[in-house]
Amino acid sequence: MSSQSIIISASPHIHSDRTSKKLMYDVIIALVPAFLVSLYVFGISAFFVTAIAVISCIIFEYLIQTFLLKTTVTIGDGSALLTGILLAFNLPSNLPIWMIIVGSLVAIGVAKMSFGGLGFNIFNPALVGRVFLLISFPVQMTMWPNPVENSIKIADAVTGATPLGIIKEGLMFGETMTEITSKLPSYFDMFFGLIGGSVGEMSAFALLLGGIYLLVRRVISWHIPISMLGSIALITGIFWLVSPEQYANPLIHILTGGALLGAFFMATDLVTSPMTKKGMIVFAIGIGIITAVIRLFGAYPEGVSFAILIMNAFVPLINSNFKPKRFGAKIKSKIL
Amino acid sequence: MFKTFQIGGIHPPENKITSTSSIKRLTVPKTVYVPIAQHIGIPSEIIVAVKDKVTIGQVIAKSGGYVSSNIHSPVAGVVTKLDKFIDTSGYKKQCIVIRTDEKDPSNFNEQEYLLKTSIELSPKEILQRITDFGIVGLGGATFPSHVKLNVREGTTLDCLLINGVECEPYLTADHRLMLEKSEEIIVGIKIVMRALNISKAIIGIENNKKDAIDLFKNLTKNESTIQVGTLQVKYPQGGEKQLVKALLNRDVPINGLPLDVGVIVHNVGTIFAIYEAIQHNKPLTERVVTVTGKNLKNASNFWVKIGTPINNLIDAVGGLPEGTRKIVNGGPMMGKAIKNTDVPVTKGTSGILVISENEASRGKSENCIRCGECVFVCPMGLEPYLLMNLVEKNFIDRASSEDINTCIECGSCSYVCPSHRPLLDFIRFGKNSEKKLQTVKN
Repeated sequence: MSSQSIIISASPHIHSDRTSKKLMYDVIIALVPAFLVSLYVFGISAFFVTAIAVISCIIFEYLIQTFLLKTTVTIGDGSALLTGILLAFNLPSNLPIWMIIVGSLVAIGVAKMSFGGLGFNIFNPALVGRVFLLISFPVQMTMWPNPVENSIKIADAVTGATPLGIIKEGLMFGETMTEITSKLPSYFDMFFGLIGGSVGEMSAFALLLGGIYLLVRRVISWHIPISMLGSIALITGIFWLVSPEQYANPLIHILTGGALLGAFFMATDLVTSPMTKKGMIVFAIGIGIITAVIRLFGAYPEGVSFAILIMNAFVPLINSNFKPKRFGAKIKSKIL
Repeated sequence: MFKTFQIGGIHPPENKITSTSSIKRLTVPKTVYVPIAQHIGIPSEIIVAVKDKVTIGQVIAKSGGYVSSNIHSPVAGVVTKLDKFIDTSGYKKQCIVIRTDEKDPSNFNEQEYLLKTSIELSPKEILQRITDFGIVGLGGATFPSHVKLNVREGTTLDCLLINGVECEPYLTADHRLMLEKSEEIIVGIKIVMRALNISKAIIGIENNKKDAIDLFKNLTKNESTIQVGTLQVKYPQGGEKQLVKALLNRDVPINGLPLDVGVIVHNVGTIFAIYEAIQHNKPLTERVVTVTGKNLKNASNFWVKIGTPINNLIDAVGGLPEGTRKIVNGGPMMGKAIKNTDVPVTKGTSGILVISENEASRGKSENCIRCGECVFVCPMGLEPYLLMNLVEKNFIDRASSEDINTCIECGSCSYVCPSHRPLLDFIRFGKNSEKKLQTVKN
């Protein structure tokens, strides 16, 4: 054995087998149940929306890295793929193709690459793409095909609103919750996702399944989902108890409107969430409060995307104010 | 649930391949290379000359100051050279080269001492002997033991902790020593308790060494002052501060020592060396070394004379296997990689780890995805990602105010980073720059 082939490097000399790529693919695996439900509910169009979003996200990342930034192409790391899936999951399944492509360009180009690529973006790219489309094309972005009956039709599908949309509209026309509830789908349908909504957000059951997978695989910790859902439930619960005829009950708020998709998959995005557990709780409670405020008092029926983006902006501040406790920091040393 | 520390920590694969291999005596080498800087502190001063005849245990380099230690000849023989040789640090260091006298029977005396339980020396004499006999911390840090034991008058000290954690993967030297020299270790603990005049000692052992836990529980059944603390398996529990937290739930203050909370921590290896020094008049000239690696033919534990070239150890386990890429002096988490195998075993060598091709190279460093994993695992409550960023941008002052100096360099952050970022490398660099900055400022 010649000494030439012996290498030296600083410790540690072993490494855990977790890699960024594996984390990304774990999230993708966790999204599979929700995708299957949406295939059942919306049919082949759900597949098309997802495929178009994924392909355009990957292509835009490739083009930007090759021709604009002239850096190494990193489309293999799974992050563009994941952004594409998450964007698609936040879009109605009958959205025109060109809008999906524009959304992907905004997500990858504006929200991710202009900040410096993976790890440097402040805002969740998929949500930036979604909110851009929502503000630019409010009509197309809030017309969801009705579930199941449309699954074989691609064009001319009957469209309708989401449960939260129905509630908001009803309350605006002065109806009471009892009247509105008769128009809402059953809790069973809401739980399993047989309701109108964006591609991946309707099935509470499938999203919970994916969320549990992520918790078990330790890709995410409980802090963000529990704090966020807890604060939404708490605030909407207080209003519902005070005036049950004017406000929907917390269960509806948790099961619909992307609250679960947001709590398990969007707010927990590693890059745009805080670095400490304490910070995560603060961040998630902030999202919960903003979501509840928008839903109860705002013009939009749902507010998860806005809430997450707003709290994303606070992450650097949270990181510098909610630091981990240093070992032995409380007591002053006798020596120094 | 077993006891453990609260902040951070990881659980790498244990790979304790050699935990059932009893400690064998390595053949006495023909030549030993004894470095004069084997401990933390001031290097010792050489007091022998070329051609001098030395006997086993004779002082060949005397302590160079308070934080220093005597060094004794591990063999009987003739001093052939006083020159600089590369040691485990990778730098050339002054060494005393001694050729073993093959005819001297004392070199090959493998007779085991009988257990001697009665302690005759007074506390003062015990401390003096520990000072004279070159005992240093054998857990790896090699801090001179007499400095640790020399507690100032008036300091409250109520507990002695014995570190039998051995949280580094692969290493089994302490584990085997605990199994094979358990009664001696108990006597050693009593010696230290007597020297310090304290009446409580806890032996901390992780739950992956059940045989050692049972053995010590059995031996301390009738001892009211010595307890066994069973610990959950978690790295870096062998760190002094982590061990104090785990066993006593006391927080050693930032930049402080266990002594600040009334505790002294000693490694089991050190305790055994103290036992031999006090009861059998034997200076520290040998230690247990684990020679291990997944591809080694006969990985095992050895009694090794200080100054033995690592080559001899590798030959003893069947030579370097095909495809070896890295040789580590110590464990995989905190050990130092060495470039060649001519370097000698020192008082701090707890293991030699041979790593093959597919485990040796690091993954390519990618962008930080801000997962926060490094923050969650840091046992000192630091933010490694932040420290690395600050050091990279040369903001040493800010890194200093983020407590970069309290890093114990356990490597947990680099171990878990999914983007393979060299976090600890930058933190080490930052700590050094900070030290230089402080020197300039003063």
